[in-house]
Amino acid sequence: MQNISISLLFNATLINNTLYYVICAVLALFVMFGIFLMSKVEKARLGNAISAFAILFGVIITLVRNDILNIWVLYLCLAIGAVIGLFLSAKIKMIQMPQMIAMLNGLGGLASLIVGGFALAGIGADQLVFSQIAASLAISIGSITFFGSLVAAGKLHRVFPQKPITLPVHKFILVSLIVLLFVGIVLPIFVSINTAVITVFLIVIASSFGVIFTIKIGGADMPIAISLLNSLSGVAGAISGLAIGDALLVSVGGIVGASGLFLTQIMCKAMNKSLFDILLGRTSVAFDTNEKDKEETTDSIKLEQESQPKKEEVNPIEILKAAKSIIIAPGYGMAIAQAQHLVKDLADFLTENGADVKYVIHPVAGRMPGHMNVLLAEADVDYDDLYEMDDLNSEFENVDCTIVIGANDVMNPAAREAEGTPIYGMPILNVDHCKEIFIFNYDLKPGYSGVENPLYNKNTGIHLYLGDAADTLKTLLEDLKN
Amino acid sequence: MTQLHIILLGVFVISTIIGYFLINNVPSLLHTPLMSGMNALSGITLIGALIATAVAFKGTQPALSTIFGGVAIIVSTINVFGGFSVTNRMLKMFKRKER
Repeated sequence: MQNISISLLFNATLINNTLYYVICAVLALFVMFGIFLMSKVEKARLGNAISAFAILFGVIITLVRNDILNIWVLYLCLAIGAVIGLFLSAKIKMIQMPQMIAMLNGLGGLASLIVGGFALAGIGADQLVFSQIAASLAISIGSITFFGSLVAAGKLHRVFPQKPITLPVHKFILVSLIVLLFVGIVLPIFVSINTAVITVFLIVIASSFGVIFTIKIGGADMPIAISLLNSLSGVAGAISGLAIGDALLVSVGGIVGASGLFLTQIMCKAMNKSLFDILLGRTSVAFDTNEKDKEETTDSIKLEQESQPKKEEVNPIEILKAAKSIIIAPGYGMAIAQAQHLVKDLADFLTENGADVKYVIHPVAGRMPGHMNVLLAEADVDYDDLYEMDDLNSEFENVDCTIVIGANDVMNPAAREAEGTPIYGMPILNVDHCKEIFIFNYDLKPGYSGVENPLYNKNTGIHLYLGDAADTLKTLLEDLKN
Repeated sequence: MTQLHIILLGVFVISTIIGYFLINNVPSLLHTPLMSGMNALSGITLIGALIATAVAFKGTQPALSTIFGGVAIIVSTINVFGGFSVTNRMLKMFKRKER
């Protein structure tokens, strides 16, 4: 094989290129097999281990092939990274998983950014146009991923305000930055510009894009941002692989990029948005309703409710005790209240009481795809009892009661009827089809989207338990047991 | 574009397509562990960081570039180790009752 780039730069003698490609292909297959195993819960841990060993082997092969086994600095850095990584993964709480993932994503982006920078300077890469463009792209996408993920992680960790921040002419700024990035990547092909200048220029523009793009996303839109950044971290890795001519990097990065994009698509579909909308910063918050109006309407709901107290003809406790089939719909509020163990206790009690209890999980419940499942699994809920929205949506009308815990927008019937609201058209849980609905929410304020939930104003078959879900659930459990 | 570049582009396209179909089979139940697993995989940039750092270390001006390279190795190793071990930790929690 006529391979100019690598063999010139490295006196690779131990492993020749053909052998290296074969090894890369085998390792990529192992990674793919590992991901394939992740489609079944019982095999998922094995799959994860296989992927991990494929990466470990890839690192060893890299050290041998480039004849750099004897450079001690590498081991020092590897050891530091490994210790920090293992420490973080052992300490992190399950509710903090979204920010952990966002931060790790960012670190992957930073690494790609640095590798891209090296490649652009000709370290580890050739000086051909192809590699130059790939290196510039790696710097750009790496910077977007790093800074975007930092902002996302900061928002999730409540270091930055959770609320979306919109700049004047937000869209215009984003589009201009993309144009500038494009110029910064393409121009050096035609004009000779100092490499350091280009690198700094790309980092500044791309990081501004990352920050400005992410500050506009908040709260319930986070699953989309996290998925997208995950995808970008893979793409950045793959492109830095193109820049330095490493097939394994390209292959694995490509897989990760595709998976992130796939999850982003699922999230977009679950929120009835196109990826393009998200890229241009259309989020699920109503920008036209100003804060004051919102407060007034919320107040008016409260007044209404105070003026016409609900007549509970049947004691709600009796309804729960008599129920034979129950669906539990948890939302992010449950996670904030850390009420998942109490939810499990409630479900256990009801099951022992002879009821069939199922959990239904909306695709965007929580702050990242599948977040709610992990939280419930942590509380020892059997994963066979966790159902997807589409599996249970037709059953709401048949079950005896539905228990909503800290969910609002994902079961807001306004999504079906209220045209023009940010959640209009978003697929929702058909909780409102159920005869008896128990709602454990903090207050009656609209959810993240700012859209009123008409369910709260229903006169019959609705049982509201307002306050911290951990407290209200505890009280209910005591009442049930007595 | 050299032959190598064409091969690499091919590898990228094929991996992306295969990856897309593989992930299609993963149930939403496991999307968080899947994502953190993918995240760990994206730390594969570690390989690039190792190569670049080694070259820089052997080069004429090792100090500055070794620092940058060292940072790249450290952060991507955090990504790899943190990602795989947290994925394992999550997957361990998924249990099924003996019925």
